[in-house]
Amino acid sequence: MSTDASPAAAASAPSGRLRRLAAWLHVRPAAQARLLLAGPVGWMVLAYLGSLFILLLGAFWEKDAFTGQVEPFAWSLDAFESIFSNDVYRTIALRTIGIAIAVTLTDALLAFPIAYYMARVASRRTRGVLIVAVLLPLWAAYLVKVYAWRAILQSNGILEWALTPFGVDAPGLGALVNSWIVSSYLWLPYMILPIYAGLERIPESLLEASADLGARNGTTFRRVVVPIVFPALVAGSIFTFSLTLGDYITPDMVSDAKFIGNVIYDNSSLGNLPLAAAYSLVPIVIMIVYLLAARRVGAFESL
Amino acid sequence: MRLEGIRKEYAEVEAVAGIDLEIGAGEFFSMLGPSGSGKTTTLRMIAGFERPTQGRILLDGRDVTALAPFDRDVNTVFQDYALFPHMTVAENVAYGLVVRRVAADERRRRVDEALRMVRLSDHHRRRPSQLSGGQRQRVALARALVNRPRVLLLDEPLGALDLKLREEMQIELKAIQQQVGITFVYVTHDQEEALTMSDRLAVFNAGRIEQIGTPADVYEHPTSTFVASFVGTSNLLTGDAARAVIGSDGIFTVRPEKIRIADRAADAAVGEIAVDGTIREVVYIGPDTRYIVSLDSGGELVVTRQNLETSSMEALATQGRPVRLLWQRRHVLSLARSEDAVGETEEEETTP
Repeated sequence: MSTDASPAAAASAPSGRLRRLAAWLHVRPAAQARLLLAGPVGWMVLAYLGSLFILLLGAFWEKDAFTGQVEPFAWSLDAFESIFSNDVYRTIALRTIGIAIAVTLTDALLAFPIAYYMARVASRRTRGVLIVAVLLPLWAAYLVKVYAWRAILQSNGILEWALTPFGVDAPGLGALVNSWIVSSYLWLPYMILPIYAGLERIPESLLEASADLGARNGTTFRRVVVPIVFPALVAGSIFTFSLTLGDYITPDMVSDAKFIGNVIYDNSSLGNLPLAAAYSLVPIVIMIVYLLAARRVGAFESL
Repeated sequence: MRLEGIRKEYAEVEAVAGIDLEIGAGEFFSMLGPSGSGKTTTLRMIAGFERPTQGRILLDGRDVTALAPFDRDVNTVFQDYALFPHMTVAENVAYGLVVRRVAADERRRRVDEALRMVRLSDHHRRRPSQLSGGQRQRVALARALVNRPRVLLLDEPLGALDLKLREEMQIELKAIQQQVGITFVYVTHDQEEALTMSDRLAVFNAGRIEQIGTPADVYEHPTSTFVASFVGTSNLLTGDAARAVIGSDGIFTVRPEKIRIADRAADAAVGEIAVDGTIREVVYIGPDTRYIVSLDSGGELVVTRQNLETSSMEALATQGRPVRLLWQRRHVLSLARSEDAVGETEEEETTP
């Protein structure tokens, strides 16, 4: 019995071991998942959480006032003290948050009708064209789009040319409102897509049921459509809000007003790493609070 | 409620091809038919979700054909229930009263009453997602009934439930209908459901009504081949078989439970028809056994027999046995051919 089986057994020995491993894993889904996730999770922990942790540590390092050198592992709260004591930092934080809120609200107002038209009114063909139209700007480089906006906003630009005949002064490059306009443009697709998906998921029969029970279209919209889509809207707002909150290129290129990102960038390039690190905790904390609130309204199920 | 010459076309397709119908107040009326027969489209036109291409819909003598759903005194129980997922059970039921601005205390009273009627009194604060299929179905019913419509439309409301629950809900629905006295228009493709619950029913086929009548009427006196086969087992005798068995040309049917199986030597009683055949197949289905008998004169008849004294083994052993089928002549029904397939109608037109 062993004699006639030996050549075949020798040939299939490696695959036999592999088979045994496969069989072992087959009945252990948890082990399978761990094996699969070990790589990506390890990378995330090391590269992402690791650098975040160092950032957090860096915020507590001391910067020698005399030499300007950062002393690693020399603990101090100097960076936080200057953030809290200096009005400029509070003004900049509030300005950034304000613009992020304004951008989010603007995008929500612009995105809703577009998404509604795409999901519930447009024919199948028009819908396809519109989806491409919404996605297409995302293919263009971010910088190209911001430069295009500079061409619109600058003196002798398109906006000035269009407004002057009406006796209205164009804001010109440097105005804070530019950051609001350009950011709203840049992040609009991130708001349209979740709302579109949310609207598309509403079964026709819900709208029919509402009409059947006596609600006119406006009432159906207010009492059925908006509440059901609201989590999707919050999901979109996570993008518009966080992207605006962290951006420093757009504000730098279309306005003179500093944002949180600019302060971090400036300080880290000037060598004041503790202050940059401490200040970067501001948007992180804001986003954590925002995400927790978003989770409460069920936005994560709409992503 | 009255439908006059209702037609509905979509692009090229005629979904409903001319329907006239009168449904009395307080009636439980079923629209029975296979999918695509126009029964759901008809219901949707009554609800106001679709506008008929032609014809009028009258509710209490008032023409409502052009009215939007929210202006009609009609409510619908949807096939998928269409409960609002962001509202609790009580909020769902109250919806129609809220949008019609019914005062809060009356609203609460009526919602309580409606939920009590469907036996969901202690589920006010649940969400639809926390309910079972049967419970959702009852919420949908309560949500429609709380508005006290003149007519309640039900679009295959029990379609998603399992058999046991469906049978329970059939009885419950009928009881609720009798209690509230509202006209029910019930769409279904399940003949048993239609027969059990309805006061009257209409059998739909290819956008037309084939027959309207009481369940007993439709079952015992089907007027066309389609009705005979859709409501019950078809058991058609045509051509040579018809000539040999009945003695004349045409299409005839006998309900399977009216036929008795005997051995070849059995004599026909007065007024009975006797036909010889062979048992081709025996299907044992618990309380009954179904025998498929090939007739010597061609054709096939299905015979069902209650298993009063027969065991399954005895029933199955009869396969292949020559038998004589006997039934009373008065149970033979003459049918008109249905225009359910294009090929068939063309054939009829070309052969004189």
